[in-house]
Amino acid sequence: MIEVKDLYFTYPAGVEALRGITLTIDDGEFLAIMGQNGAGKTTLVKQFNGLLKPTKGEVVVDGVSTREMSVAQLARKVGFVFQNPDHQLFCETVEEEIAFALRNFGFEENAIKKRVDWALNLLDVMQYRKTSPFMLSGGERKRVALASVLAWDPHVVILDEPTIGQDHQQKEKLRQFIVQLNAQKKTVVVVTHDVEFVAECNPRVVLMSGGKIVAEGLAEEILTNPKLVAQASIVPPQITQIFLGLPDFGLPTNVIDVHEARRILLDLLEGSS
Amino acid sequence: MSMFEGFRFRRVSSSIHRLDPRVKFFFVCVLFVMAILFNKLLAIIVLFFVPLPFVLIAGVKREWLRSMRGATFFAIFIFVVNFVFGYFYPGTIQGISPPIDTLSEYFIILEKSLALTLRFFVLVASFSVFFLTTSPDHLGLALEQSHVPYEFCFAFTTAVRFVPVLADEAQTIMDAQKARGLELERGNFLKRVRNYIPILIPLIVGAIRRSLELAEAMESRAWGASEKRTNLYVLKLKKGDYILAFGSVLMLIFAVYVWLSVPIPSLTALLRL
Repeated sequence: MIEVKDLYFTYPAGVEALRGITLTIDDGEFLAIMGQNGAGKTTLVKQFNGLLKPTKGEVVVDGVSTREMSVAQLARKVGFVFQNPDHQLFCETVEEEIAFALRNFGFEENAIKKRVDWALNLLDVMQYRKTSPFMLSGGERKRVALASVLAWDPHVVILDEPTIGQDHQQKEKLRQFIVQLNAQKKTVVVVTHDVEFVAECNPRVVLMSGGKIVAEGLAEEILTNPKLVAQASIVPPQITQIFLGLPDFGLPTNVIDVHEARRILLDLLEGSS
Repeated sequence: MSMFEGFRFRRVSSSIHRLDPRVKFFFVCVLFVMAILFNKLLAIIVLFFVPLPFVLIAGVKREWLRSMRGATFFAIFIFVVNFVFGYFYPGTIQGISPPIDTLSEYFIILEKSLALTLRFFVLVASFSVFFLTTSPDHLGLALEQSHVPYEFCFAFTTAVRFVPVLADEAQTIMDAQKARGLELERGNFLKRVRNYIPILIPLIVGAIRRSLELAEAMESRAWGASEKRTNLYVLKLKKGDYILAFGSVLMLIFAVYVWLSVPIPSLTALLRL
């Protein structure tokens, strides 16, 4: 469990990025942190694995304050997949890349081999195990980066802007994969401003603006509230915009799911005919 | 990374910022020459105070201090290397006849090491003031108006402009690798050096990729199509520039005079240690 207690954070240059954040993330929860650029989303999640330490307040991971643990200790529990895979890939082959963190954490060579195979299969990159990560496409590099984090099986997986630079098919694969991870009781935290992606995943949403949490709740409550989303400089999902734009038809305004929208529209059409 | 912060231009309105970059560069070069001319601690202490009024007038005290803090690691390294070298090869230091057997001889080695360390601080301090108060655009303009070929000016200003970008990227890469359990400060000296490989490779690959993208972007915007370039802004020397240039020349003449004809005593001799 991650508990954030009245967290304030100011960067050395003097920018106050987080102002009084209080938040609890339960084990096995799926959470999306949303907001415009500069809202403090990435700064907040960097507190979870100790990359940044609170200026004021406290972040507690599994009962221990992040101030009392090193990044390496926290990283064993909290895996962090960075936005740009090119910021972490450096090995000659994909399998070495995946084994890198396992060696850092002191796994035995036998266990490393097994976990590398497992991660390669999981992310469907087995065919590239001897390939240089630099020779792969953007989507494949992203998968390798994800595999290199999941290989050590952290309890919490943080994904920073996972959908950036991904085509629709890759996005859908990623969505299915995240849902699958969450189904395996992993705590998943996604930092994004991709409303369509969040609408399809339907996690708990924390909406941030100006270093503060402005709202939290189910995706269908938050993303269908025009005032709230405007406050965080994002727009509701397209399907919600359609429903919000047809107030005279008595349609519900809290629809974010395409399949549900289709069913409601079919009912409406059948009723009118 | 804090050292790079101390070289990043700060857009502040001050009389130092408004000075002609050519004159400022001349002043910094004079300081550089003076720091190299003198190797006595007393002279270098005096030199250290020369750029301070510029820092205060320019209002960049905090950033300048950051560059000083960033330089501390290298300064300690310089001090230790010189002290150890002086101790084992005392014959290279004036005023010591090996073997070292008196306390004052230790003080001479200490003074010499301190002088070379402080010389490094003087160089960092003066160049920090220059880069903190001179925008890359003005720097490029100054080079162009000094008849340096435009290709070189462009390469130089681009390099200067990308230093902070690379510093930011290096920080992100460090975070990404720390999140995979890399402990930069772990192990002996050689291991610590090796720990930086996962940082350097993505950084270099990223820099090459970025430079290729920049080259394509520049060429697609007709870079180099025009033989004769004109500038919107033209640098003109003003009263303040003439005063600084004249002051710098006087300072240089005085320094050369002192260097040639005034023997500067060592602190050890003055204090009769």
